[in-house]
Order: sequence, then structure tokens, then C-alpha cells
Amino acid sequence: MRKRLLILLTLVLIAVTVLAGCSNNSGGNAANDKNAPSGDSAKPTKLTLWTFNALHQTFYEAMATQWNETNPDKPITLEATTYPYDDMHNSLLVALQTGTGAPDLADIEISKFANYLKGDPQLAELNDVVEPELSNIVQSRVDIYAKDGKYYGIDFHIGAAVIYYNTELLDQAGVNVDDIKTWADFEEAGKKVLAATGKVMTTLETGDQWSFWPLISQRGSDFLDKDKKVILDNQANIDTLTYLQNLVKQKIAVGAPGGGHHAEEYYGFMNSGESASVFMPFWYMGRFLEYMPDLKGKIAIKPMPAWEEGGFRSAGMGGTGTVVTKQSKSIDLAKQFAAFSKLSAEGNIQIWKQLGFDPIRTDVWDSPELKEANKFSDYFGDNIFDTLNEIKDEINAVNVGELTPAASDVVKSQVMNRALVDLEDPAKVLKDAADSIK
Amino acid sequence: MNTKFAVDASTSIPRSSFWRSLPYSKKLAPYILVSPFIISFLIFFAYPVINTVIMSFQEILPGQVKYVGTENYENLTNRQFYRAMYNSAVYTVLTLLVLIPVPLIFAVLLNSKAMRFTNFFRSTLFIPALTSVVVAGTIFRLIFGELPGSLMNEFLSLFNVAPANFKQSAPLAMFIMVILATWRWIGINIIYFLSGLQNIPHELYESAEIDGANAMDKFLKITLPLLKPVTIYVLTISIYGGFAMFTESYMLFAGNNSPKDIGLTIVGYIYKSGIQKNELGFGSAIGITLLGIVLIINVIQLKFFGLFRKED
Repeated sequence: MRKRLLILLTLVLIAVTVLAGCSNNSGGNAANDKNAPSGDSAKPTKLTLWTFNALHQTFYEAMATQWNETNPDKPITLEATTYPYDDMHNSLLVALQTGTGAPDLADIEISKFANYLKGDPQLAELNDVVEPELSNIVQSRVDIYAKDGKYYGIDFHIGAAVIYYNTELLDQAGVNVDDIKTWADFEEAGKKVLAATGKVMTTLETGDQWSFWPLISQRGSDFLDKDKKVILDNQANIDTLTYLQNLVKQKIAVGAPGGGHHAEEYYGFMNSGESASVFMPFWYMGRFLEYMPDLKGKIAIKPMPAWEEGGFRSAGMGGTGTVVTKQSKSIDLAKQFAAFSKLSAEGNIQIWKQLGFDPIRTDVWDSPELKEANKFSDYFGDNIFDTLNEIKDEINAVNVGELTPAASDVVKSQVMNRALVDLEDPAKVLKDAADSIK
Repeated sequence: MNTKFAVDASTSIPRSSFWRSLPYSKKLAPYILVSPFIISFLIFFAYPVINTVIMSFQEILPGQVKYVGTENYENLTNRQFYRAMYNSAVYTVLTLLVLIPVPLIFAVLLNSKAMRFTNFFRSTLFIPALTSVVVAGTIFRLIFGELPGSLMNEFLSLFNVAPANFKQSAPLAMFIMVILATWRWIGINIIYFLSGLQNIPHELYESAEIDGANAMDKFLKITLPLLKPVTIYVLTISIYGGFAMFTESYMLFAGNNSPKDIGLTIVGYIYKSGIQKNELGFGSAIGITLLGIVLIINVIQLKFFGLFRKED
């Protein structure tokens, strides 16, 4: 009797396990039903999407709802998931390598992108949706995701490098931000700030690349040249690193606490008014809102100082390419949805409204929607896009190739630290770094 | 005689009773009983190891797998690999120096009758082993933050020591990793030593006392020699554990990115090359090299302690 009961229980257990496996994520579908169209016109196609930023996920879900309103004939159910940055990139790489388990769409960050273009890219080419829009967008933002003339990714934003001044500190030192035109002016202003307030003019990332890459891009240099050869140790880069090192030697700048501008320590440091400025790409705005609430109303967004009068005052930095994988069962629909989210005018307006990024379609920058008050204009004032319009033609394209991940890695782990913390000779540091990746 | 009977029975009786008699067959039952282990060993250990050896001679890209000879092994002669080897070796030696004597002494104290609240100490020393390395690593990262307000710098300021930038200097970074390992593994090693201590017959101590041995003599002449098997075991797994360390450094340096690679371990380097840079062939070559190194060290150490010698 007892034995039979045991067998019965075991059978029930097995059945439950097996059936649970068969249910095929019906729970997940139900949760996403809000994206499904209300009419019973067509059966929605399920699209899966991986991203590494919860804000991106919210954006895509909102775009899926809009898509279903405008395209009732081909509705979609979007199943978007956010994973931690490294986990997502690694899982996607493994899924593409093994040929199974990849989503229909995914976000890939620019410094990882080259990894996915090695060998035969397992990503679908997007030429048919990108090419018709090329005249409306900043072309360099799709060129960075291209290989052999095929486009594989679409960016969210320009990533224009700008400088965020703490006007309260600069006023105390008697510095007018509009007088800072070149990096030499910046150094002079830094001396005044240091003398008047005892605070530093800026912080430099010692474990990341955003204090170096935009500056060399401004003067037409890069990690790699057009032919994707390493030029990390060229004269322009040495001069730039020497300039930064001199700022540190004069105590005008310090290494960012925590090693970078995304560290908990740094947010606290900046928020308590210890530094008069920070130069980061446009997408850094969101970090001020989220982590540095005390600086509200005190931050002015300005073009970067140029290397010489009339020189370029910005650089296109960072980026996230949305891709469609070859494993997708509905590649065409996935492409259309990606284009709708990231290439269309309404998509680009939402990118600004929801994410605070500088959209890649320049024709929407003057549209009334971008002038509407939102959480970003509350924090930084109303003229955010005036700054952006000023610099939109002063952005060099960056060269992204197979060696970009390695170059970026060596800059983050070796170059910045050795030059700005150990104060080693910049020429030697860059030479070592370039040799190690060639 | 029984064997013979069983074999005869299984051959002559029809099929249904063959299955019934199977568990009682002295020839087959042992194989059946160990088969789960053998199968899981073959699938989850032998197959990956063999495949890794093959992959270490390949360049693996989606759709383009090709043999590259020993190129992956030739590429190992680079600064990052040496740095990772150096870090892992130093870390292993330091953890051995701390994690064998200290738990041994603690175990002796906890085993002694003179000690009070032993159960309380046993459990508190063991609790860190139950925490997740991810959580512990994150908390240690914050404790050893570089701002003057971080816990450790606040503590140092009580003694008028200037705030230290823990994660920028190689010796301090190594110090944090060893502290984290000590905090986390001390309880486990205490358990090993305690179980060894409880196997030492009490009579030995009594007769030694009669012969006039003091506490120190008893510790050096009885406890230590009789704990040798446990010590060898702890040493072996600690060497392996030291070289296999990854999560701690990954968490302390928020994603495997330590300045000048001061926190890069050999497994961290495998992860960096194989997964983060999509060079699975090169990653496999590092893995095989690591396997070789750990194997050689362990064999030398076991031979040195006479584990392969026949017991008298």
C-alpha cells in the first residue's frame, strides 16, 4: 500500500516536471499582453529582445505598443529582458557561437561590438532599412557597426562629448564658462578655481576611457586609423596624455574617485561639489539626475574646449547598436521593428523624451517635441539642444575595428593608470600599450 | 558458491526475472551502482577536458573554425599572462600561509576543554562560508573604498593613519583578496581540522601526561603528526582553490577590470580572453596550461609529504 502511494507520488512529480517544461513560457506571454493589439485582426508575432539597461527595455516596450497601433496588420508581442552588462554580452556571444538560443533582437555596446563581427557575423545585415534613412541621420553612427559595407547595428544616439560645469564653483572663482574656448583656457581656469576654492577643476578617469578617447578624437586621432591599424602611440595621443598628466601634476585635476565617472565614490564626490567640471558624452546626463540630485540647477552643459581656436568642440563617444540575429525566425519583422524604434522620427523623439539621449536623426533636433519641458530640462535648463546644434558638425567619426576591444581594454587597465596615477612618461606608456595589442 | 548460483539463475530464467535478479548480481551490481558517477564524469568532466585540449589548437570563430597549430600557446608569452600567473601564485602562497596554521590553532582551541562558548565560536567562524562570494566581494569593495569616509579608512583614521587607496596599489589589493579569502574559508578549514582532532585517541594524551609531557609537547608530538592526513588534504585543496580563484577578484574590481591588472588572476585571464574577447581557442590554451601547472605542483607536494608511499 505504502509502496504504491510512493510510486504514485513519484509519477505525479515526474508528470508535473515534464508538463511544466512543456508550458513554453505561457506565463511570460501573459505578462506581455499589454503590447498585444486589442483587435483580433492578425496573430501577433513574438519577438524576443535582450538588453543591458532597464531604461532601454522600457523604451522598447513603449515602442512595441506604438508599433501595434500603427501596424495593426502585423502586430508583435515583444518579450524584452534586461541582463547585467557583462552577462548579456557573454551569453549573446555564446548563443551566436553555438548557433542556438539567441534572441531576435539585442543591444550590443560599442566597445564589445567588434567581437560579434569576427568570422562570419551571425547578425542580419540591415542595409535595406538603414540605407533609405542615411541622409537624415548622422552616418558615422551606423558606420561604426559596419563590416565590408554591410550595416549590422543601429545606434541610439550621437554620444556627443560635452562638458558639464559646476557653475556655483566657477562663479566663486570668478570664471565665466563662455570664456573657456580652448584646453589652454581650461587649464588657466583650473588654476583660478584651485586658488580661489581649493577644489579641483575636473576629474579624470584612471580606469576607463572617457577622459582620453573624446580628446584624441577631437584632434582627428583615434586608437585605430581608417585601415584599422593601431595608432595608439602617435604624437597627437602622446600630447593629449601629456596635457592630462600636467593637469594632475598641477593638482588642477585628480583621478576620479573609484577610478571612473561611474563609480559610487565618484558620484558622492561630484555631488558634494568637490569638482568644478566633468567632460563626458551627452548620455551621461541621466547619471546627474539619478545619482547627483544636489547639483540640480547648478550644471551648465557646454561644448568641449577645442585644441585650438576654431577646432572641433565635440566627439561622438560610446554607443549601443541594436542588432537582429540570424537565428531569428522573423528577421524581416525584427528589422522593421528595429528601424521603427531607432531610425524613425517618432522613435528618435521618444529616445530623447524617455532616455535623454541625443538622437541620431538630426532633423528632429529642431522639432517642438524636443523643446518641451521634461525632467532633463528641469535639471539642466532649457537650452540643451542649442549646445547640441552648435557642435553637430564638429564631430569626427571614430574608427572601430577588430582591435577596438583590445585597445579599449589596454587603455582602461594600463594607459590611464600608469600615466595619471604613477605619472610615468606618456610616450613610453602608449608605446607599451600599442605594442601589446599589435 | 553463491556467485555461481546467481550467474546460473540469471542466464536460465526468462527476461522479466533477469531484471529482478539484476540488483542481486554480484558481477553487475557494482557497475550499475557506480555508473551514475562514471557517466556524469565522462559527460561533464572527461569530454570537456578533451574538447578543451582540441580547442586550444584551434581558432574558433562563428562559422570559421580552423587549426592554428601551437599559435595559441606561443601567444601565452605576454605580459598579461605573466602578471596573472604571478598574482595567482602569490595569492596561493599567502592563503596557504594564513589558512593552514590559523585554522589549525583555532581548531585546537575550540577542541580544548578549557575553552568556553565553543559552540558559539564554531558557528560564528563558520557563518562566512555560507555567504555568497558575490555579496561578500561587493561589501568588501565598499569597506575598502578609497574615499576617507569608507569603513576601513575611518578605522585607520582612529590611529592617525592617512586614508589609503586600496584598489590602486598592488600590495594592498593582494592584501584585500587574502583578507577576503581568510574571512570566508577559515570556518571550513576549522571544520576539517576539528574532525581530524576528534579522531585522535584520547589515551595517547593520557599516557603522555603520565610520562610528564606538557601541553606544548603534546601539541607538537601528538596532535601535529596525527593531523598530517588532514593537513595534506587541506593543503591540496587550498593549492587548487588558490589557483582557481576568480569570483573574489571579479567582484572586488567590479568586472575583472583592475588597474594595471593588479587583481587579474589566471582564471580571470581565461574569462577575459575566452568569453570577453571571444578568443575561445586562446582561452582553452590558458586553461590547459593552468591544469598542467596545478597538476605538477600537487604531485610534487603529495610526493613530498609521502602520500604515494605505502603505509607501513
